[in-house]
Amino acid sequence: MLELQQIWFLLWGILWAVYFMLDGFDLGLGALAPFVAASDRDKRVIYNAMGPVWDGNEVWLITAGGVTFAAFPTAYAIMFSTLYTPLLLILFALILRAVSFEFRGKIQSAGWYRLWEVGHFLGSFLPALLLGVAFANIFQGIPIDKEGIFHGTLLTLLNPYGILGGLLFVLLFLVHGALWLAVKAEGPLEERAGRCASVIWWALLVVAVVFLIATFFMTSLYANYFRRPYLFVVPLVTVLALLATRVLIAKKAWLMAWFASALTIVGATLFGVIGLYPFILPSSLDPAASVTVFNSSSSPLTLKIMLVVTLIFLPIVIAYQVWTYYVFRGKLTEEDLASEEAY
Amino acid sequence: MDALMMSRLQFAVATFFHFIFVPLTLGLSFLVAIMETQYVRTGDEEYKRMAKFWGKIFILNFVLGVVTGITLEFQFGTNWAGYSKYVGDIFGSILAIEATLTFFLESTMIGVWHFGWKKLSARGHAVCIWLVALAGSMSAYWILVANAWMQSPVGYVIRQGRAELTDFWAVITQPFAILSVIHVLSAAFVLAGFFVMGVSAYHILRKQNLTFFKRSFRLGLVFALIFSIVTVVGGDLHGRSMSATQPTKLAAVEAQWETAKSVPFYMLVIPSESQERNIVEWFGLPKMMSWLAHSDWNAEIRGLKSWPLEERPPVTLVFWSFRFMVGLGFLFVILMLVGLFKRNKLEESRGFLHLMVWAIPLPYIAASLGWTVTEVGRQPWIVYGVMKTSDAVSRIPDYQVGISLTAFIVVYSILGVICFYLIRKFAIQGPPPVPAATR
Repeated sequence: MLELQQIWFLLWGILWAVYFMLDGFDLGLGALAPFVAASDRDKRVIYNAMGPVWDGNEVWLITAGGVTFAAFPTAYAIMFSTLYTPLLLILFALILRAVSFEFRGKIQSAGWYRLWEVGHFLGSFLPALLLGVAFANIFQGIPIDKEGIFHGTLLTLLNPYGILGGLLFVLLFLVHGALWLAVKAEGPLEERAGRCASVIWWALLVVAVVFLIATFFMTSLYANYFRRPYLFVVPLVTVLALLATRVLIAKKAWLMAWFASALTIVGATLFGVIGLYPFILPSSLDPAASVTVFNSSSSPLTLKIMLVVTLIFLPIVIAYQVWTYYVFRGKLTEEDLASEEAY
Repeated sequence: MDALMMSRLQFAVATFFHFIFVPLTLGLSFLVAIMETQYVRTGDEEYKRMAKFWGKIFILNFVLGVVTGITLEFQFGTNWAGYSKYVGDIFGSILAIEATLTFFLESTMIGVWHFGWKKLSARGHAVCIWLVALAGSMSAYWILVANAWMQSPVGYVIRQGRAELTDFWAVITQPFAILSVIHVLSAAFVLAGFFVMGVSAYHILRKQNLTFFKRSFRLGLVFALIFSIVTVVGGDLHGRSMSATQPTKLAAVEAQWETAKSVPFYMLVIPSESQERNIVEWFGLPKMMSWLAHSDWNAEIRGLKSWPLEERPPVTLVFWSFRFMVGLGFLFVILMLVGLFKRNKLEESRGFLHLMVWAIPLPYIAASLGWTVTEVGRQPWIVYGVMKTSDAVSRIPDYQVGISLTAFIVVYSILGVICFYLIRKFAIQGPPPVPAATR
């Protein structure tokens, strides 16, 4: 029987995984935009491909943050005060992305467009990179003492493994975003998006292999897997999903490739989270200073109330978000782009 | 400045900026929903144009509200780690519930509404904006429940060095929270009403799109009239509840230094914190303050001097913020009563229309003053009577907070200027002309 803390840790991991799966394609496509768009129309296709859904996708981040606060308040306090600068950078970047969507089309001027295109790129690329850096550092352990005080600087976090994690996230999201664009666009833009996905996939493969090897030497994530070998099914499915993505890209089955890429992202996140257990924030200074699922959790009453709320409402959320994707299914049309509400 | 003071300033900057956008989002969503419902019911295209015009401003404002809200949620962790650890069991769970129950719905439906004019039936599309509006208000409810717990902590026990939840129902239904919700939501609706009236007045004065803007004005008028009265009545009840839950805040709000019975209310007061007395107390209404605070003409009011200095909030700021907020609250009711008489001859009431254009910022000021009273008046506590603000701050280097505070000020200022410029531009531009084919 799972304990409440274990259930919540799993839910915590799933929330982050879904956030990466959903906003991942927005962030990736935003970072890819300057390199794949050949015209102003292409850019508008890109922004409108995310238009109806990016805001709802971003809420998974708020919920993941909120659940960290609610279920593991001590972890929330130490994690976010420790990752102070990268976290605020992510948040400012996300602000930049959001307003770039809104502001860009509001004044007809080439310089104004350019300004918010750069803003949109930075607001997409930086969160992708920094979220990867942050999670790789969490997997690796962070120099915190028993009081939860951080002994390091931003540069401490930009260590080789951290940067490797950032690179992995960026590439995962780039492929994911390129595939979303291939799903939504038509003609040459669709072709270019598919080609991007195809080329970047090889880079992703290399970095993913290096990351899995580096993880063995630089973290203790594999310990749980050797203890319970059946858990290897998670990284195995992830690798299969990554390979399936390539096969489906070759077949130009963009939507199916996107689903395979989504599974890759969810699998990669869960691979890390399962390996992390029972830690939620391991200390690299002193194992006894590590924040675990058990020494950082809320009271059983709060965990129970939250569980009831989540089990009732999260399925409802998923239902109406799926409905949203269904309403805006298919390729973007000329009519979509011509509407006065379009970005 | 140390990390504590800068963290406080940073939170103040972030919340005040956030709350520039929130009330318009809360109120305008309902007004747009009403306009679109009228369109669905009557088929009158003018209502659709109204929903689209005000909707465009609404969306811009909405996005700024959302992104500035995200930084708030995470700041509890970054800057207030002590607080987060101590009260996460209660406060954190309320925030998480808010995200799951309401913020998801609001943010998902806004996308469907914004891009879905041709994807959904007219009725289905109108349902989306109603869901946005209702989710927004429910969102405000949860956030205010969380804030109310900081003002008036209930349903908890101190165990293992932190506050743990014992009675969830008590937390989410305590009178302080309910009264906050009524006061804040109605104030937000007043603000939205004034916004719509102010912009409409601008166009009516220039005789542009007359039927369009007269309709908008009257809708804003009805809305603001009703809710300006609710704001005042709700605020009064809220103030009375404060006498039981937060006696130091009440004493600061009224600049009451000495403990006394049958306390008069002075129309003009100038408090002096250094002298611990009021330099000016003119135009007294006998026993009025005792009645206002306790509904009893002879009730005793505890004075500030009965608390040690380090447990008193800053008096001057709280006192003046409260007085100006209350003054504005009454002014709104008066303006709306004037509007009620002028509603059928708006074009001729040029003076009133000019006044309403210039009145747009007033509810914004009133709302900020209200939050100043609430938050500064709670000091030195972060959770009233339970935890001091100074014990709540993260142990992070000063320079780190210095940089982020600067970044907040710079980034938010730029965003504020651009957003103000764009909203002003669209508001002045007015709705697009009706295409000839449908005229």
